Amino acid sequence: MSRYTAITEANLDAMLAAIGVGSVREMFDRQIPAGVRLGRPLDLPEGLGEQEVYAHLRDLAARNSSVEDELSFLGAGMYDHYVPALIDMLTERSEFLTPYTPYQPEISQGGLQVMFEYQTAISELTGLPVSNASVYEGPSAVAAAGYLAKLHNGRRRFVVSAGLHPHAIETLRTHAHGYGMEVVEVPLSDGATDPGEWARAIDGDTSAAIFAQPNFYGAVEDAEALSAAARDAGGEAGGGGSPGAGAGAAGGRPLVICQVDPIPLGILKPPGECGVDVAVGEGQPLGNRLDFGGPSFGLFAAREEYLRRMPGRIAGETVDADGRRGFVLTLQTREQHIRREKATSNICTAQALNALAGVVYLAWLGRAGIVELGELLLARTHYARETLAGLDGVEKLHERPVIREFAVRLDADVGAVIRRCLKDGVNPGVDLQALTGRAQDAGGLLVAITERRSRADIDRLAQVLGGAVAAERDPAVADEAVTA
Amino acid sequence: MSAGAVAEGPAIPAREARTIFQKGAPGRRAFVCPSLDVPETDAEELLPARFRRAEPPRLPEVSEPEIVRHYVGISKRNFDLDSGFYPLGSCTMKHNPRMHERVAALPGHSRLHPLQRPERAQGALELMWNLQSALSEISGLPYVSLQPSAGSHGELAGVLLTRAYHEDRGETRHKVLIPDTAHGTNPATVTMAGMEVVKLATDAAGGVDVDDLRAKCGPDAACLMLTNPNTLGLFDPNIEEIAAIVHGVGATLYYDGANLNAVMGLSRPGDMGFDIVHFNLHKSFTQPHGGGGPGSGPIAVSERIAPFLPRPLVVRRERPHRNGGASAPGDEHDRGEIPRANGHSPAALSRTFVYDLEYDRPKSIGRLRGFQGNYGCLVRAYAYICSLGADGLKDASEVAVLNANYLLARLSEQGVAEHLPLAYGQLCMHEFVLSGGPMKRGLGLKTLDLAKRLLDFGYHPPTVYFPLLVDEALMIEPTETETKETLDGFADAIAAILKEAAEDPEIARNAPYSTPVRRLDEVAAAKRPVIRQALD
Amino acid sequence: MAEASYPADLLYHSEHDWARIDEADPTTATLGITWYAQDALGEVVFLELPAVGTATSKDASYAEIESVKAVSDVVAPLSGEIVEVNEALTENPGAVNEDPYGEGWLVKVRLTDASEREALMDAASYSASLDG
Repeated sequence: MSRYTAITEANLDAMLAAIGVGSVREMFDRQIPAGVRLGRPLDLPEGLGEQEVYAHLRDLAARNSSVEDELSFLGAGMYDHYVPALIDMLTERSEFLTPYTPYQPEISQGGLQVMFEYQTAISELTGLPVSNASVYEGPSAVAAAGYLAKLHNGRRRFVVSAGLHPHAIETLRTHAHGYGMEVVEVPLSDGATDPGEWARAIDGDTSAAIFAQPNFYGAVEDAEALSAAARDAGGEAGGGGSPGAGAGAAGGRPLVICQVDPIPLGILKPPGECGVDVAVGEGQPLGNRLDFGGPSFGLFAAREEYLRRMPGRIAGETVDADGRRGFVLTLQTREQHIRREKATSNICTAQALNALAGVVYLAWLGRAGIVELGELLLARTHYARETLAGLDGVEKLHERPVIREFAVRLDADVGAVIRRCLKDGVNPGVDLQALTGRAQDAGGLLVAITERRSRADIDRLAQVLGGAVAAERDPAVADEAVTA
Repeated sequence: MSAGAVAEGPAIPAREARTIFQKGAPGRRAFVCPSLDVPETDAEELLPARFRRAEPPRLPEVSEPEIVRHYVGISKRNFDLDSGFYPLGSCTMKHNPRMHERVAALPGHSRLHPLQRPERAQGALELMWNLQSALSEISGLPYVSLQPSAGSHGELAGVLLTRAYHEDRGETRHKVLIPDTAHGTNPATVTMAGMEVVKLATDAAGGVDVDDLRAKCGPDAACLMLTNPNTLGLFDPNIEEIAAIVHGVGATLYYDGANLNAVMGLSRPGDMGFDIVHFNLHKSFTQPHGGGGPGSGPIAVSERIAPFLPRPLVVRRERPHRNGGASAPGDEHDRGEIPRANGHSPAALSRTFVYDLEYDRPKSIGRLRGFQGNYGCLVRAYAYICSLGADGLKDASEVAVLNANYLLARLSEQGVAEHLPLAYGQLCMHEFVLSGGPMKRGLGLKTLDLAKRLLDFGYHPPTVYFPLLVDEALMIEPTETETKETLDGFADAIAAILKEAAEDPEIARNAPYSTPVRRLDEVAAAKRPVIRQALD
Repeated sequence: MAEASYPADLLYHSEHDWARIDEADPTTATLGITWYAQDALGEVVFLELPAVGTATSKDASYAEIESVKAVSDVVAPLSGEIVEVNEALTENPGAVNEDPYGEGWLVKVRLTDASEREALMDAASYSASLDG
């Protein structure tokens, strides 16, 4: 018996008698062949009481530098936004934390209504009419959108902008290799997807054209132009390409898929108004923890015509036997538990609790708040970029508008500069080339600004970064600094 | 008033569900934006008008108290595991220890950015390494990736790994064998990985039909996907022979870990012959289900599959000694161990090793997602394993199987068994499947009706209509964290419902009565889907 | 339609599909699913029907029908080219349940191989096969 099990001696006697066996061991002896029985205890330490486990986990936590331990400008998909306490309170409630997927809707109206509200919020944010109740996270949402495109038009290639998050490109490649699609990358020029290369890469065999808004380097893309160009360039399927499986799927044109960052959508023209077919993105910035990369959620929204190809759970409105408004999981025939090998996805457990945090966060920001937050980030990010670009040995990577993140190029070894900054308690940003592996990203630093980074924080970043770059560029300065 | 009887008394006015979008009023707010503290710049220069949104998204305008009252209110329209018995088959709805929430919320874990430099995230990487080691020991397979986001994601990883393994040997194999009792995620995964499903029959005893396997498992078979015990709750007695047949043609053997709760510390998939295993941390390892996620689906693999694991991998190296000695080659894949002394990482042990993320893996299938995986879930699973230890994990599985067999024994009593007979076998592992076929024919009650009436008795129903093999299936997994009293109460409720149905089946057919809403019209929801709140 | 019925003037396929050869023009036929099929499926909520011009191939699936909890392939009893699709089913999928042989027709095809009729069952044989 442990603190989580409760079978007493008396219980055991009664239960074994009812079952008709002499011992617990007998039940295993009769069911598991001797050849695969583990004849020894697991080679793991003894269990510990709650207090010791807490001490151990706290000890491990103490050896991590979180955003509370340093002034952090790390971004690249996950951001240190302020999460209000009411979100923790709600996500810890038993009624939201501990049930499973709402298969019995009569006793799951809470969870189903949350999904319905979340779908509404994402639809509003993206300007697209249909949203699911979440997928896992950003990069795999891009892969899921690619799968939708493939099922829809049966074409064989994805064209992706190099402005997509590198993890998204890699994830897409991994998944696409599985279902047999080619992935072609289009480079950026001056910080945004090169329009000429984009148009040239897309043809009648392109299943989907995928770009990010803002892109990985923080730049605002011309989403409308990219969408239009993709539709124009990818007309009727090339000769020999089969129309694809299923009734109603014709060659048509490539799907336009946009990877979005939800926070800037308060002020940016949403993908639904830019000719985008499917919008996906990383949901962490909406009320979720950094958690060293997960769990978070992936948002997934699309035009009406793709509703029946959407992956993931969808909550729908209906009435009960007394005419009362209620919610149910709907269009379940898309899903794995019914359609099995022909399902739109294999997803079962998704990210319901994280989506709850997301919709509550959006309600907390509110109609005015999401705009104010966007404007604040816009102003501070601009200020940060201008200030850093004014430092010796630091220049902007591009001139395009930025909203919450930007890239600069350092005339110094980025890793060494970062290490110097860390000694002063500042984590200045992400080493670009270390993340992308691209030659042209050498010297690159990606800097993220959230509402938690004040002007004073930005000024401190400039001071520390400036000093670090100078020290790396001029060894004499470095020596002085050491001996000072 | 007996349990489950419809309440007498004045009608309580029904409250119509209203979404957060239907609440609030213009001008209300909860968020207070920090004030602008940088110089103002021309708006057009910051972001040209053509990129700007003309109208803000129509999010609610509500105050904080309104938000709290709204979501707390709708939470009360949910049944949950903390409130009652939740015997969903193959979901392993076991108690979620609250201390896991406390440790997961420690800022050192929860506020750690995924791109923090590894040298400043040693606690996280050590936790991941230790968890890998534990999962490796539990599964009997040496190499682990914690990256997949859920069980299905782990399954996808498994099939992609299989593909990579065969391609590396210069072979193209497209067939994946799956028993007809398999969970729907298995065939869906196979299609997503560009392979073809070949269905295997189930024999009279409820296991894989070995003759059918032999007939269908040829040199073009890439993989056999199994869960053991299977969805009928039965441990396949032929598993060793099955493994031999599969390996004999050079295919891989994949273990769907959904039912691992039956065998922890008692039998290991690696020892059964499996090459690839996925774990559902939200099942056996108590990550709360969250209403449908988050989960986490780490995988463990054999030596021959290891080169293809997703990147990055968590590795461990000996810290170079002061005199400049380098770490020995191969150290990074040394399995290592969870620290033992008082449960803490002994200081000396911590300073001996350096943990890192390794990206340089030429044969890797690549990434399945961003960053490293659902770390928050890993923290909770790790805390659970530390709490239970070797003996506790074995105890959990033993009691899971004991509880299931006891509940089965209660439901095999007269009054129940003739309506809901066990579909296969005699003893079961951690779950069992009853058939509601006789109940339907004899009492005119479908499994669905039984399930809905159980709601009035305060229980979450078991899984219904799965596995597909069983007519009017009812799949019951009590888990080890339930008391005998709870199991008795549930068995009594089933008996009471059947007795009630013998007199008046209409009661159950129109159930539930006591839930926030009555039976819902799913047909209307599917015919004319309304999936967002209409505004204005 | 509450009671099982299998009209005598139709031909039946073992996968629970029927064909009605047009009396006036034996090169065309109307296709649909039988009472048994719609009963097993439950209330139909959605159909994915092919476009006019698509080919049907005997014994192969040409459409999908969905209820809330199930999806079924619809198998073609005869090969041909689709010349008409029952568009009314988009708004009223329930017609397949209420009137599977009348308003619930799915497609009309121009047949490519008249001899395929020989392989189909008559109403009596099909009905008997259900009892077995």
